[in-house]
Amino acid sequence: MTAVGAVDTGDQARAAATGAGPGAGAGALQRAMRDPLRLIVGAALLAFVAFGLPALLDSFWLQIVTSVVIYSIVTLGLGLLIGRAGMVSLCQFLQLAMGAWVALRLDYATALPFPLLVLLAGLVTGVTGALIGLPALRLSGLYLALVTLMAAGAITVILRIAQFPNGGGGFFGNSAAGGASSRLPRPAIAHGDTAYFRYCVVVAALMFALAVWHVRGRPGRAWAAIRQSQITAVAAGVNTTFYRLWAFALASFMAGVAGGLLAAASGGVNINQFPVQNSILLFAVVLMGGVYRIGGAVVAALLLRLLPALLDEWGVSTELLTILFGIGILQVLLTAPGGLVEQVPKDLANLGRGLRRLVVPGDRAAGSGAGTGTGSATSEEPA
Amino acid sequence: MIEVEDLTVRFGGVVPIDDMTVTLSGGTCGLIGPNGAGKTTFFDVLSGFVRPAAGAVRAFGEDLLAIAPFRRARWGLRRTFQTEQVIADLSVYENVLLVHENTGAERATRRRDVLDAVAFVGLSDVADHRAGTLGVAQRRLVEVARAVVGKPRLVLLDEPAAGLPDDETERLGQLIRRIPEEIAAPVVLVDHDMSLVSACCATTAVLDFGKLIAAGTTAEVLRDEHVIRAYLGTEEDV
Repeated sequence: MTAVGAVDTGDQARAAATGAGPGAGAGALQRAMRDPLRLIVGAALLAFVAFGLPALLDSFWLQIVTSVVIYSIVTLGLGLLIGRAGMVSLCQFLQLAMGAWVALRLDYATALPFPLLVLLAGLVTGVTGALIGLPALRLSGLYLALVTLMAAGAITVILRIAQFPNGGGGFFGNSAAGGASSRLPRPAIAHGDTAYFRYCVVVAALMFALAVWHVRGRPGRAWAAIRQSQITAVAAGVNTTFYRLWAFALASFMAGVAGGLLAAASGGVNINQFPVQNSILLFAVVLMGGVYRIGGAVVAALLLRLLPALLDEWGVSTELLTILFGIGILQVLLTAPGGLVEQVPKDLANLGRGLRRLVVPGDRAAGSGAGTGTGSATSEEPA
Repeated sequence: MIEVEDLTVRFGGVVPIDDMTVTLSGGTCGLIGPNGAGKTTFFDVLSGFVRPAAGAVRAFGEDLLAIAPFRRARWGLRRTFQTEQVIADLSVYENVLLVHENTGAERATRRRDVLDAVAFVGLSDVADHRAGTLGVAQRRLVEVARAVVGKPRLVLLDEPAAGLPDDETERLGQLIRRIPEEIAAPVVLVDHDMSLVSACCATTAVLDFGKLIAAGTTAEVLRDEHVIRAYLGTEEDV
């Protein structure tokens, strides 16, 4: 994991350096130069995660990182909804369950191939997401959160009535002999745990590409306008109803796809995996990870899936997480609205600068010569 | 050509626009009046943010009020806001592109049209800057660029010079005068700056407490004693 952090920081530092560049033309040039660099760094990272990482992990940790990858798709969708479109949903965790359910039911009822099952799970969940998003056309903030939380409760009730995920044949078949949990059969090319992990990485990469495409394209601009103000967006001709619902549908589509993948992960799925309060936990980690950068989704998924496993490993009670996340949210809201994905690289860069000053005497002289205010990296912030 | 007929807007007991009938002809038309006269409310009616209690608005023969608010931009209506509303997170180029791509304008010439609009207001140098980093004057120009992109049919400018120093206001005035000529769209200009209005507008209408008190050529209107009274008050009022 340290390797991941280090590579990220390098990229961030470069981004910060070019951002401070003087001229507009130079800025555009540097941005154009940076993009392929980013792509290369991203591709290298992806290759390491897909091929290097599984070799380093035993089967338990492989299972954990697989679920990190799957959940990063959910946090990605919710991050887009919060950070780009400026709306909240506390229903995304149950949308994940919904996706798993749809994928399983379709598998009981049809002989569709795995990729199609996952895609259909995403599409069906996307449609329900748009329906749940309807109140967002009238409500915002706390009230919208409340309504979506109730929708999450409603999905739980429906899944319990349908005895999720237990099923016999057909769309609504029910088998008394069925166990408490079900697992979707994996595709032929990804039977083993390592192969399935790679499969999930590829799907997640596609989802991240979809997110980037949205953010940089027409929907991203429309969302930026809506976020700024409803009337500005309308005056610019933006169909605000469509783009708000589209944001909900996209976030839910991603949750649904993740649900389909989760249904085929080790251990399968059962109803107890999806308590309603986890929606709030999901919301918390997404805020902490950072909603203004796509990479925040990965941080959020690590917080949600890897951190509890690590605490367990170290013998620390996972109950502590609720408190930790509470403090984390407070810190994000008060001092770092960009979340950990923006803050950590900044802190590391500051730390690096501080260390360099300590190690290289010339730098230290230059630093102290510039004035007392620049004595340490942290004291520059309020100035 | 906008024909407004018996337009009335009510907010509870307040009547910001009271039975207004006016015809705004081509070129640049001024709309002036003291604070609270109903100028911005009138723009909000045209934009669809306020639903009038009575009356009709026809623009080029079409019933403007029957069009859904977000489709009015597609129809060709553009406006700027009294408190500027550039989208801070987007670049200047993207701010203008947003309007172009959401108003059904020709896709093939999109990039050129947007760059032309940015050049029209003289912001080509900062086209890829985030709009949030610009100063007040440049933000106002971004709004004007958004208002002229993609073949507008009617441009509403709501106090575009508010908060600008005199020299910037003068330059903005020159720009506004070019809109009817080069973009071929009539402009309705609301402003308190009489020198800007008389520099830009051939005709002017005056609102006071929601009522139209004068309309005609700008020079005549500014000499009208009702108008002077509305703006400066009379000795009895004081």
